Amino acid sequence: MACLSLVLLALGACVGSTGWQSLHEVLGDAVSWQIVWDIRLPRSAGAWAAGALLGLAGAVAQGLFRNPLADPYLLGSAAGASLGVCAALALWSSATTAAVWLLQLGTTGAAFVGATAAVLLTLALARGAQQTLRLLLAGVVVGVVLGATTSLVLLAQPQLMQAMQGFMLGSTALVGWGACVLMLGVWLICVTLAWALSPVLDGMSLGENTATSLGLPVVRLRMALVLVLALATGTAVAHTGLIAFVGLAAPHVVRATVRAGHAWLVLLSSGMGGVLLLGADLLARSLLAPQELPVGVLTAMLGGGYLLWLMSRQNPVAVGSKP
Amino acid sequence: MRASVLLLLALALLPSAATQAATSATVQDDRGAVVSLLPVPQRIVSLLPSLTESVCALGQCAHLVGVDRYSNYPASVRALPGVGGGLDPNIEAIVSLKPDLVLVATSAPGTERLRALGLRVVALEPKDSASAVRVLMTLGQLLAVDSARAVVQAMDADLQAAVAQVPSRARGKRVYFEVSPGPYAASASSFLGQTLERLGLHNIVPGSLGPFPQVNPEWVVRQQPDVILVGDSNADAMAARPGWSGLQALQARRVCGFNKEEADVLVRPGPRMAQGAMLVARCLQTVYRTAPSAAPMQAAQAGARAGVP
Repeated sequence: MACLSLVLLALGACVGSTGWQSLHEVLGDAVSWQIVWDIRLPRSAGAWAAGALLGLAGAVAQGLFRNPLADPYLLGSAAGASLGVCAALALWSSATTAAVWLLQLGTTGAAFVGATAAVLLTLALARGAQQTLRLLLAGVVVGVVLGATTSLVLLAQPQLMQAMQGFMLGSTALVGWGACVLMLGVWLICVTLAWALSPVLDGMSLGENTATSLGLPVVRLRMALVLVLALATGTAVAHTGLIAFVGLAAPHVVRATVRAGHAWLVLLSSGMGGVLLLGADLLARSLLAPQELPVGVLTAMLGGGYLLWLMSRQNPVAVGSKP
Repeated sequence: MRASVLLLLALALLPSAATQAATSATVQDDRGAVVSLLPVPQRIVSLLPSLTESVCALGQCAHLVGVDRYSNYPASVRALPGVGGGLDPNIEAIVSLKPDLVLVATSAPGTERLRALGLRVVALEPKDSASAVRVLMTLGQLLAVDSARAVVQAMDADLQAAVAQVPSRARGKRVYFEVSPGPYAASASSFLGQTLERLGLHNIVPGSLGPFPQVNPEWVVRQQPDVILVGDSNADAMAARPGWSGLQALQARRVCGFNKEEADVLVRPGPRMAQGAMLVARCLQTVYRTAPSAAPMQAAQAGARAGVP
């Protein structure tokens, strides 16, 4: 998987709106250098990092909630990030002289603040992470209410619809080196934490009571996992928007190919998420160049298609083994 | 049996005769519905800002009794009762105003509902300059005013005046119009693109990509537009994008920013389209007057570009 990631990353330097031209002239021409070094490479690395964060968050969420349908946006981060971006855009367009600090915060900052605030709100409503079901329900409620608020703001400011649509479909087009370094840094922290916490996920997969009887401080560790989940998701969403399906599909794809404990599952899902998003991004910018396809549309199609194929391959066995 | 066959025959023959007789008293809207011209509307509700502006341009502002929440020009319409938005019309509010004409966009939901409630609904959608003129003429017929042709002619004259205001150094320049960050651009096939073309500018985004395509940011850097026009965003944020600091238009500050009200004028295909063109022309004047030092560089660029096929 590491090899595949590297190959895709190299491909990421080559593929763009103008094909190979920029690569041939990369050393001679300043514009080509800028296109390859400042635009293509960071967006490729950024796509991998965002995908890796989402894949990791997906594996953690599915382990945490013991539900294969769980995805990283479950605790309200997606709705919170949307509202944050929407509010920031609305403030900019209505203020005659935009506040400088608000501009510096940018949509990225607004999305991260929104995502984090939404997860904190969910945690507050669920009164901590003691009960999984409570947490899930609180997440759904926060998601719905914040989503409705976003719709209200958009109703008053219809000129923001296109920008918001862009955010909701996800895009890696404007990822720079700074964002890349930040995402990779957060990814390292999250992977380390998740690796360290994976015994809890293994224990919880046997049921909460079993986990407790194994002597694990379940509540505190679960809280730590929720924070890892929120940090990974918030960082990815802030830089690339709401990319669909990577977080849900990556762990399934990994589980379909290898059997492993949560330590490896988390790590491999993360790599798979990176590969999936980077691959989708390559297609997004090359299929209709110089036009871009929203990368979220492609991740949903690629991930969904692959998952369906895996299911259709496995189903006869599952059905056959039942009776 | 025979009678019914005869009746069918008569019905089949009827339309040709009927349409000929009715053309004077009906008008066909953009959804193909045939609407009676009589009685002459006295209470009008408009659910599209550009239609509101068109009604007022024809001097019938006084007959408007309600507008959608996005109609904001001329200022007098802001005092009228709001009837929801084009996409979420408040049926009850519209009916309670007892209008004898409701103007909607072709894609507007609720049109059938309003017709079922016995209202005269006309769907018109100005999408580009040609259809804006057509809509003005249709409205002239509907509202029984003779001034439509004069309004169109005046608009044309104003457009000519705007074209004349474009500095000669700006003619043929390659422009990029960003409508929202993404980046989404206005291509040559959009209404904005038509305005730019009319002003003698060359849009770097071809119309074949659709009116408002999302483009690859590296492609914009590769294209090196001479002037950047930007709607609802700002130039400082643009320069901060990865790789965009290399855009010469940003370095030389050949950027036209438009605030929300100006953007309204620019994006609405209505009677103010000449004003929109004038906004762009004025900006080009300031861009090419305050940056004389950038001129030789552009000439060199244009020469270099002309050499490359």
